[in-house]
Formats: sequence, C-alpha cells, structure tokens
Amino acid sequence: MGLIKTVTEKPWERKGVIGGMHPEGTFDTESERVALVYFLVIASVVFSLFLVSYYIRMELPDWEPLSEPGQLWLNTGLLVLSSVFFQWARNIVVKEEKRNLYTAFFGAGVFAILFIVGQLVTWENLQAGGYYMTANPANAFYYLMTGLHGLHLLGGLWVWSKSSIRLLSGGEPKDIKLSVELCTLYWHFLLLVWLVLFGILANT
Amino acid sequence: MAYVPLADRDAEMEMHHPHSFIEKYVWSQDHKVIAIQYGGVAVFTGLVGLVLSLMFRMQLGFPETTDFVDPNFYYQAVTMHGMIMVVYFLTAIFLGGFGNYMVPLMCGARDMVFPFMNMLSVWVFLLSVIILMASFFVGGGPTGAGWTLYPPQTAMAGTPGHDMGIILMLISLAVFIVAFTMGGLNYVVTILQYRCRGMTLMRMPLTIWGIFVATVLGLFAFPALLVAAIMMLFDTLLGTSFFMPAVIEAGTALDHNGGSPILFQHLFWFFGHPEVYIVALPAFGLVSDVLSVHARKNIFGYRMMVWAIIAIGGLSFIVWAHHMYVSGMNPYFGFFFATTTLIIAVPTALKVYNWVLTLWEGDIRMNVPMYFAIGFIFTFIHGGLTGLFLGNVVIDLPLSDTYFVIAHFHMVMGVSPILVLYAAIYHWYPKMSGRMYNETLAKVHFWLTFLGAYAIYLPMHYLGFLGVPRRYYALGTTDFIPQSAQDLNAAITIAALIVGVSQILFFVNVLGSLKWGKKADPNPWGAASLEWQTPDTPPVHGNWGDELPTVYRWAYDYSVPGAHQDFIPQNVPEAEEPTVSDEHFDPDKDQSMADV
Repeated sequence: MGLIKTVTEKPWERKGVIGGMHPEGTFDTESERVALVYFLVIASVVFSLFLVSYYIRMELPDWEPLSEPGQLWLNTGLLVLSSVFFQWARNIVVKEEKRNLYTAFFGAGVFAILFIVGQLVTWENLQAGGYYMTANPANAFYYLMTGLHGLHLLGGLWVWSKSSIRLLSGGEPKDIKLSVELCTLYWHFLLLVWLVLFGILANT
Repeated sequence: MAYVPLADRDAEMEMHHPHSFIEKYVWSQDHKVIAIQYGGVAVFTGLVGLVLSLMFRMQLGFPETTDFVDPNFYYQAVTMHGMIMVVYFLTAIFLGGFGNYMVPLMCGARDMVFPFMNMLSVWVFLLSVIILMASFFVGGGPTGAGWTLYPPQTAMAGTPGHDMGIILMLISLAVFIVAFTMGGLNYVVTILQYRCRGMTLMRMPLTIWGIFVATVLGLFAFPALLVAAIMMLFDTLLGTSFFMPAVIEAGTALDHNGGSPILFQHLFWFFGHPEVYIVALPAFGLVSDVLSVHARKNIFGYRMMVWAIIAIGGLSFIVWAHHMYVSGMNPYFGFFFATTTLIIAVPTALKVYNWVLTLWEGDIRMNVPMYFAIGFIFTFIHGGLTGLFLGNVVIDLPLSDTYFVIAHFHMVMGVSPILVLYAAIYHWYPKMSGRMYNETLAKVHFWLTFLGAYAIYLPMHYLGFLGVPRRYYALGTTDFIPQSAQDLNAAITIAALIVGVSQILFFVNVLGSLKWGKKADPNPWGAASLEWQTPDTPPVHGNWGDELPTVYRWAYDYSVPGAHQDFIPQNVPEAEEPTVSDEHFDPDKDQSMADV
C-alpha cells in the first residue's frame, strides 16, 4: 500500500468497483496480527515515555544510580531461551507438524515463567539489601519498569496458557498456529524491550 | 489472507446472533447496541458534569445564595466538571458512541472485527465511571486539584480529596484508558481491514477519517496519561518521589524529596493537547458530512480535508508545551512551541474555509442538523481565533489563568464539539431510531443553546482582559475587578442556568420521539453514504441483510450534473444511476423537507 498514492487518489473521478471480487483489508494479513502490531506500538509508547521520564528525573540532584544485580544476566538468558523456543515452536507449527511441538511450546512458557521468578528473586534481594522503592527514584524506576515488563509478559503467558489447554485437549497444530505466531512476535518484542531496559538500567 | 471471503464471513457472523433479551441489550456484542450503551453512560456522566458547573456558576454569580458550595466543594466541582467533560463525556461519546455506531455502517461491515473486545470496552468504561463517581462518596470527597491534577498540590493536605479522591481519580483514568484501548484497537482494525468491496480509503466519508485519526492519536496520547497516572499513584500510595519535590506541609516536612512537578506537566500535556484533537477530529468529520448532505453539495476539497485531518493529528503531538508557558521554560523552547501552535492553525483554517466553501452556492436545506452545523462554524472560528492569541507566548503570559483562557477552550472544545454532537444526533436520529423528532422543539433548543453559549462565553473574554483569575472561589473586592465585572459574572450565571435547563428540551424531544415521533423515511435527508442504505431502519443485527454492499463511488455524489436525482448512493453502480421513475426519494412528498 503506497500511502502517498492512496491519499492522493481522486475519489470523485474513479467510479466502479476498485479491487478484486472480495472485500480487501488494507494490510494483506490477519486482523489479529494488525491488532497485535498496533498494541505493540502502544506498548512501545508506554515504555518510551517511562524511559524519557527516567532520563529527565535522572538529571535532578537526589539521584543515586542503582547498581543492578548480576542475576539479571541469568534472567536475560532465560528470556532469550524463551524467545528461541517460541521461534522453534513457530517454525514447527507453520509446517503444521507435531514433532517436538510440545517441547518447544511448553519449553518457551517454562523459561518465561522462570524469567519472572528470577525477576522476583532480584526484587527480594534488592529489598533485603535495603534498596527500597522510596529510598531513591532510581530504585523506584527499577521496580516500576521491571514490574511493567513482567506484567506484559504475564499477559502473554495468559494467551500461552489458553493455547496450551487447547493443545493438551487434543488440538491440532493448525488450531494454534495463529496464536503461536502472534505469541512469538510478542515474545520477541518483549525481549527487545527487556534488552533496551536492561541496557539503559545497567549503564546509568 | 487478504480477506475473509464473503460467504465465510456471513457464516461466521451468523453464530453471534443474540437470542435472549440479556444477550441483545445487556451483554450485547452488536456495535450499535454498544454505541448506545457508550453514549448513554457518557451522557449521564456529562449531565453530572453539567449540574456541577451550574452549582459553581451559582457560587460565582450569586455567592450569598449558595451555602452548599464551600471552597472545598467549589474546587471539587470545578475539577470533576473538567475531567468529566473532556474525558468521560466528549471522548467517550465521540469515539465510543459515534465511533461504534458509524464505523461498521459507513465502512459497509457487519460489525467490529472483535465484537467481544468491543463489549468488554463498554463495560470497562462503565467501571471507570463507577470508580470516578465513587469518589463523591468517600471520605474527603473527590479530588479538587483542578482537572490538570498538578502535583505537588494534588497530594497535599490543603487540597480537598487529597487522600482517597485523587487515588480514585487516577485509578479511574487508568481503567478508562484500558477501555479506550480496547475500543480504539477495534475502530482502527475495522477501518483498515473490514471495509466492504470497493470501499477504498479515499472513498470513506470524512466522519470515518476523523474517527480513524482521532483513535490513532488516542492510542498514542493516552499512554502518556497512563504513565503519569501510574507514577503519581506510586507517589501518593507508596511514597516515591517521581513528581513530589521536597515540600513542607503545615510546618512538617513530607517524606518526598527531589521529584519534578514539571515532568508531570509535560506528561500530562503530551496527552492533554492531542486529547483536544481526539475530541475535535471526529467532530470535524461528522460536521463535514452533515454540511455536505444538507447543502446538497459534495464536500469542498475532500482530499485536502483528509490531508488536513492527518496533518492536524501529526502536529498535535508537537505543541503540548503551549499549555506551560508560565511554568518557566527556556525562551527558545517557548518560541518553538508558539511556532508549531501557529502552524497547526493552517490545516485547521483550511478545514474552516472548506466548510464555508461547501455551503457556497449549495442548495442549502435549513434542517435542524444544518442549524447546529452552521452554529459550529461560528463558535469554532471564534474559539480558534482566540487560540491564535493564546498560542503566542507574550500574549499568553498576561492572559494565562484568566477567564480569557476559560472562554477560549470552552468555545473551541466545549461548545463547538457539543454543537456538532447535536447536529450529528439530530442528523442520524432517524436512522438510529426509525423515528423523526419534533422540528420546532429542536430549533428552539438550537437557538437557546447557541445564543446562550455566546451569552456565557463572550463576556468571559472581557473578564479575562480585566485580569479576573480563573479557579477563584470568590473574587472579593479588588481595584481591578469593578462592580460591573461582578454584575457580568451574575449575568453569565443566569445565561448558564438557562442553557443548562434548556437541554431538557433535547431530552424530551429525543426520548419522547422514540414513542410519539412519526415514522422516519429510511433516508430522509437523501444522503449518499452507506449507513443510509441499510435494508432496515434502524439497522438490525448484521446491518446488511443477506449480502454485504458493494461501493462504486465516493460518499459525496450530490447534485451531480445530468443525474435525475440530487444524490447518488455509494452503492449504486454507474450503469444504474437512478432515473426519475425508480427513485424512492421525493422532496415534495417528504415531510421532513417541508420547510425547504
């Protein structure tokens, strides 16, 4: 779809049916995928605004940078594995095969759950070390942004669990194809968001 | 999968047909029922906002008669009035109400893409309203921080509702954003993916363009409010210091330290300014269609109207700091935002010219919707011009926080959208209800509302010039506020009361006509766009009967030279352009055109 071409059409000159025999969407894909991409845009805006606020707040004199716990590297590894397993599951499911599908699909979810557990453990450790949320805005931002990222992942796990139930109750790969494809996209997005967050948190 | 083949889509829709009363009218997934539900809740909330405004107007005009308005309640009423009108009334009714009703009908779809999410959207919206209203009943009452909710005073003991009130407000806003996001995704995806055969983007009526771009704006702007609300909730509930600076409250230092109130202002207005256009763009679209239909002319400069909508949408994100000139910003920063603000006047003025040029030499039918639409052109030019004043830093500084500002934004985003709202309701009422309303009553309602609005807001400009500050519970006696200004204030209050009460005419008319109104023609105005071509009036579930429509032309084929009737519906092929014998529309027989 050429945007410029579209908006420079002269609708009063062109009459008759334009396009094929069927109603056509603007994008050549499923509506669910369009909706998900749109949601990802919104989520990106939310995270970007938090990051902008983070940078603005950082300039003020009471800011004491938080030294991020080393365990975050382990957690990052778990999230990467989760994304890799989802990609694997997707590659299986688009071929509508079943071999290894369970391993890939459930593995992806398990690694994501382990990531969340790992994040909670870092929270615990920080609390134990006296890094309370109210002690410094840097701490508050850490809890806020990791918490928000975790919530997004939980939302993804909810969709994953629905597909899991469908798969376990005898569903065929094609039944969960779209859902796996969209989950994979979502997981890659959340991995990207996490890498950006982690990069910024670790370097400031 | 570029499309769902027609046959499959129909079969799929068949399964959603409601069977019981509750499925049909309560947990309905039909976009038209959801639209009415959205509109109903929004109108109810708007009425609360209206009553609040009349109460604080009484206090301003006749302080000795209003024992029930103490300073705390005054601030609460002002705050709730502002937030309710901007977010819970105007945004909800334009996008939740008209967005839901018009998008599938005008695009030639059977329903939204995700009907269940659509239903969820309206119920979550209701939840947000309930949370908001609950703040009237908690200890301390609703927040009285002003609708902009600026910290640190939102959370400090001097502000009414600083404990539970503000928390409920923030939670309610967050819930509203969730509802809006669910609805907004539906509008955007439906417009992009579910248009009927032949309905290209540039054949869509401007209403759909307005709703589309406004929704996209909302999906970008509301996150800023969400982020601000979350951080402020953390500040008030958990004691963090995102926005709260070191501050002393009644002699004791609070635990907060070092936060940035200006950061909140930036986030708030990064939402707040696009929000103006989230309300205005659907209004622009609706009024364009009303003007074109009743002027029996195609909209002047359709493409430019579309471009202007897109340009305004884009520019609306880089003007936000013009709300913050007095916050102490770098002069270059102010210069930048003044420039962008004046630039946004270009596409806006272009739209106004095009509306006027649509009327030029049109075969104008002075039906009720046309009264409101032309009234809108007046109030919008008026409010828009004062915006040019306020957009300039040097003029804004003395006028900031005076009644001039109140007059400006009420003219441009209060009265103007509401006039469009009435135009749209009177225009589409015959299709929505299958009945006609009482014309005389509607015209009386117009004149009272239109002239009354001027009687309220025109004098406020003058009060602003005098320097009368906004948000003051009582003006007291000062040299720069003469007795005449106080008298003017009393006159404004009387006008406000008359306008407020006269809205009863509208409700009597619209509700009464449901029962006593005469049966409406399926297309009483002779409109070309798709929603008037449904097989049933009002449209039934599924909208289009057995077969989806096919679109052969744009939505503005009015008074086409050589055609035998002065409009050609979008779904009429070129080969079948109607002749005198087969047209069903006859202005001489149609009673709704009696006064033409």
